[in-house]
Parts: sequence; structure tokens; C-alpha cells
Amino acid sequence: MAILVGADTRLLVQGLGRDGSFQANRTREYGTNMVAAVHPGRDGQKFEDEVPYFSTVAKAVEETGANTGVIFVPAPYAMDAIIEQIDAGLELVVCITEGVPVLDMVKVMAYINDKPTRLIGSNCPGVLSPATKAKVGIVPANIVQPGNIGVVSRSGTLTYEAIAQLVQHGMGQSTCVGIGGDPVHGTTFTDVLELFQADDETEAIVLIGEIGGIREQLAADYIKEHVTKPVVAAIAGSSAPAGKRMGHAGAIITGKAALASEKNKALAAAGVHVVESPALIGEKMKEVLG
Amino acid sequence: MHVRQQVPDQLPVKSESSFVNIHEYQAKEILDRFGVPTPRAEVASTASEAKEIASRIGGRVVVKAQVHAGGRGKVGGVKLVETPEEAKQVTASLLGTRLVTNQTGPSGLPVEKVMIAETLDIKDELYLSIVIDGDIGAPVVMASTEGGMEIEQVAEATPEKIFRVAGDPLIGLTTYHARDIALALGVPAKALRTTTKLVTDLYRVFIENDCSLVEINPLVITKDDQVAALDAKINLEDDALFRHPELGGLRDSNQQDPLEQRAEQADLAYVKLDGGRVGCMVNGAGLAMATMDITKAAGADPANFLDIGGSADQARIEEAFKIIMDDDDVEMILVNLFAGIARSDIVAQGIVAAAKETDAQLPMVVAMRGTNAEEGIKILADSDLNITGAPDLAGAAVVIKQKLQELEGSN
Repeated sequence: MAILVGADTRLLVQGLGRDGSFQANRTREYGTNMVAAVHPGRDGQKFEDEVPYFSTVAKAVEETGANTGVIFVPAPYAMDAIIEQIDAGLELVVCITEGVPVLDMVKVMAYINDKPTRLIGSNCPGVLSPATKAKVGIVPANIVQPGNIGVVSRSGTLTYEAIAQLVQHGMGQSTCVGIGGDPVHGTTFTDVLELFQADDETEAIVLIGEIGGIREQLAADYIKEHVTKPVVAAIAGSSAPAGKRMGHAGAIITGKAALASEKNKALAAAGVHVVESPALIGEKMKEVLG
Repeated sequence: MHVRQQVPDQLPVKSESSFVNIHEYQAKEILDRFGVPTPRAEVASTASEAKEIASRIGGRVVVKAQVHAGGRGKVGGVKLVETPEEAKQVTASLLGTRLVTNQTGPSGLPVEKVMIAETLDIKDELYLSIVIDGDIGAPVVMASTEGGMEIEQVAEATPEKIFRVAGDPLIGLTTYHARDIALALGVPAKALRTTTKLVTDLYRVFIENDCSLVEINPLVITKDDQVAALDAKINLEDDALFRHPELGGLRDSNQQDPLEQRAEQADLAYVKLDGGRVGCMVNGAGLAMATMDITKAAGADPANFLDIGGSADQARIEEAFKIIMDDDDVEMILVNLFAGIARSDIVAQGIVAAAKETDAQLPMVVAMRGTNAEEGIKILADSDLNITGAPDLAGAAVVIKQKLQELEGSN
């Protein structure tokens, strides 16, 4: 068992331009069950001669029983794609697209509020579960290995770094989840922590945060009350100056709580094993698990 | 979701970079279009224009240097003048200079325009702003009776004086919420209706222009109980500019750091950091921050944040490398690549090509992993550049420390 994705994932890919097609191919090579491709105007054609194309998500879901969607459409159209996937009743929607206007995400979050769909992103690397070869997003499949560590992160490549450190120390992953770097996003640290805590396959958790916002503090509150599994955490951006946005729209110090030091303090107070350097995540996890 | 939090434990995102910052006179033009009352004012690019405007407005006017930074008043960037002739003289003394304020950094920002504005008889100075609060997931209006002060200072010293109301993402800001804000600001009864309308209109400015910040500081109540936005700051969200072609032209790249300006043109996420020595080139924002962190922990401040992104071609990599090289503070370069979408061989080719062109001799530390890493490492090894390889983030920290000791030793 993994969280969010697994053997029963039936994947729909929306937006098959250059990047979308490249990633869809990597996903299929890995062994993920991609059942539908959505790209308006390509009805009746097949992606790589195998996966049927549809012009609409609703039609694709009806014909293929897709239950999970991943979005690669350009930023100006991302909100529309997310709403279309929500309306089609997909259980999980992962939006990889970077640069979605914040006010679009504000609307999406208000819209999804009473719907059963779970959204991850926007601007995220997505989800990967090595044991079931389920890859929904862009996490490189060649760096992961099946195991019992759950990884949740606001960043993309720093997640890969953490995975590489775990593998280097002989530890595989149950599921890797990148929740994204935008200030307004779907699934939060707290949501993923809840899932990892309930997941039998996950023994311990790696949490990678960043400067900006208070989501790491909310995660710390949740861990204190509800998480019994060991958590190792690192916060990127301790060297960043205040008021400057570090790439991710959400990564900006705008008050005391947004500082890496404050986040570290809150997590440590919740019993989390905090590493001062993001280079020490694997080593610390090894030490914690003995 | 009518969330109301009078006592915030932190301020929401208030961005100073990577958003499009516009001038006060441009912000005033946007406010005018949405019916937000502002003092009568016009912009001037020459001293004689300033004189004409001052005589048109009549009486005592204020001359305000147009730069993308606050703190102008304390350093002579905002001056009261009594006559059109004086407006001309003050403008002449400001134009062509660089204004250094507590927000500009030591080199200051060029003054190319001034705004000439009428003066008002002010009874009270208030504060009003709108930002997105990512943690609530909605735009939030912040109001305070402490006008003229920086909101960060108010939040630090007297957080109970900041009144916050979130707009509903689908409905907007209701009139009763706008009225709550006006009441919290304690405006006189005669100004309640006009202030409520101003708050409502300002919220429309924020939403309809995809702003990341709208800040009125101060918002003033005049002696005859009129309300007006005396100073306005508007930042536009970069990611939403595609649907506001008319706003794209408001960008003034002369107000940017030249290296940041070049990075923006090359579509690179770059932030120059004062006083750093190690230039960093990384793919991904989180990894870029982590790389800066280990650099600092190894004993040297990072000179920049630089995320080359996922799908950079060789030309963009070359420009990224040249931007780092053109930063005079840089003594060493750290490249940390964990290629997912990006290709290590293309990055390596870009680095070699740019280094040849700039005749770079600075020591470089390179960690390369992921897609085509072996090819990338070979390209770098076969070049005659001064490169030390590192296996990973932890390894890079060790090498940086060694290199720093070598640098200290040679000095």
C-alpha cells in the first residue's frame, strides 16, 4: 500500500505538448497504467499508437475509467484544466504546470472546497510510489527505490536530492509527494502527514519545507498531536535575505514566522528531528531508524 | 469563506521582487481609472514641465522622485515647494541623480521622472493594503490607524492595530466588509460612505489587474473629511501579465539591478545577494536555496540565487553563467545540478562555451546528477576549466570549504 497512487491508478494525461509528451513517455516506460490522453482535436488518434486520445476529460473518464489526472497544459489554461478534471469526478488531480496566476489558484481552491477531488499543486513534481510503479508527475523514476520512508516536500529538485540521500543510506521510499512551491496550493503538508501516518507501509517521514508562509508550523502542530512515526525535516532558505522572493512565489520571508529558524524551532518543539543542513537528511534518517 | 482575523501572527506575502513593480504615478493612473480618489497630480520628465504642472495645479505642491523604493521622504526625494519656480529648481536638482534610500541598496536608483502633486490639509493618516494570503487562500485587506509607518513595524510593535478581512474568492469583498474596515479605521461619520467605496474600489483594482500588492500609505482624511490615497504602491503579478497586455509596458527596467534585468530577459529566476562571494547555479528553487545554505554553512556567503529552470537550452545556460561571471563580487562558482527534465550535457556545454567566451579562470565546484550526468561530467572534465567535481550536496560543502581555504591562503 502506498498513499495517493498505487496499483489501481488509472492515469489520464492532459496537455501533450513537448513536455507533456516527454513525461507521459517516461511514465509509461516506468510501468504506470496510462489509460487516456486528453488533447482537444485529437479524438480517435492514439498517443504512441497505444493510448486513446480524447478532446474532453469527461469523455476520457467515461470511456477508460481513469481515476487520476495529471496536467501539463500551459499556465494560462491550467485553471480551466483543473476545473475540467474536478468536474469529471477524478479522485486525484496533479497539476505540474508552473506559473499559474495566484488568483486562478484562489478560485480553484474555493471551487474544489465541497468536491470529492483531491488536488496536488500547481507547480509541483507530483507523486511517485516505487513499489507499485505508479508515477503521476515528473519525479525521475531512476532515482527512487521501494521502501518505507514517506517523502513530502514543497520543492522539486530538492526532493530528488533527499531521495538520493535516502537511497545512498540504503533506505527506499513508500511514496514521494511534491506539494509544490506556490503560495496557494491544493494538498498541504498536513494532508500528506495524515495519509502517511495511516499508511502501514510508511515507517518514517521526511518533510522538506522552505522559507515563507506558515505551513510548516501548521505541520508541526499536526505532528505534535497526531503523528507517532519519526519525522526528519529540513527547511531550505536559511541563508535567504528578507523580502526577496527565491524563485518559488511562496518562498519569501515576509515576517518572523516565514524564517527557516522559526520553522525549525516549531518542528523541533513537535519532536521532529530537524537537520540544519539539507545535505544531512539521509544521514539523520539512518541514525533515527538505527 | 468570510475569514476575519484581527490579530495576525504574521504578515502575508508582500513581495519586493520577481513581480512587476510600477511607479507611483502609474499606480495613481490605475487608481484614477477605478474611481479611487487621489490628489491632483501629473508626472514630469523635465524641470520646465514640472514648472508648468505646478502652475496649473496652483499654490503649494509636492515634488516626488519616481523610484521603485520607499523611504524617499527621509533622503530628500519628496519636497514641498511654494512656487512653480521652486518646483522647477527642485526637479532640476533631482532628475539625473540616483536616490539612495533605506530600501535601495548603496548604489540607489535613478530618478528619471518626478510627480508634481497638490497638497492637502490632512487631519489623519491611515494605512490600507491588499495582498494574497497563501495560508488562507484568499486576498486579504489589511487596515491600520498607524498611517505613514511601515506595516512590518506596526506588525512587530502593535499587531493588535492591524485589522484584517479576507475577500471571498468567488463573491469578492462585500460592502459590509468594506464598511467594517472603514469603521475599524475610525473615519469620521461624514467619510464613512466614501471610505467604504474606496475600499471596495481598491479591491477591484487588486482583482481586475491581478496585483500581488496594492498599498496605500498613507490613506488620508482631510480637514473637510474627504478621503484620498496620498501615496500608492502597486505590484503586478508576473504570471498573470499575459492577460493584461496594457500593463506590461509599465515595467521600468532602469529601476532594476542590471544583472537581475538581464536574468529576467533570459527568463532566469535570479536574485543578487549583497556581499556574497560564491556564485551559485542550480536547477530548481528549493535545491538552489539548499545550495546557498550549504555554501553559507561552509563559510562563504552566496552571491546569488539562480534557478536555471527545467528546460533551459544552451543559450540560456550560457547567459546564466555570464551573469554570474559579470558579478564582481563572485570569487568562486558552485554548480549544482540534479537533472530531471534538464539535461546535464547541455548544461555542461553551455558552461564550457560561456567560460571560453568570458575567459573565466575562477575556480568552479560542480555536482552533476540525474539525466545524462555522466556525459555532462565528461564534457567538463575534457575542458581546460578550473573545475573540481563533487559527488552530491554534502560533498559540495566539503569542496567549497577546501577551496575557500586555498583562496584565503593565496591572498
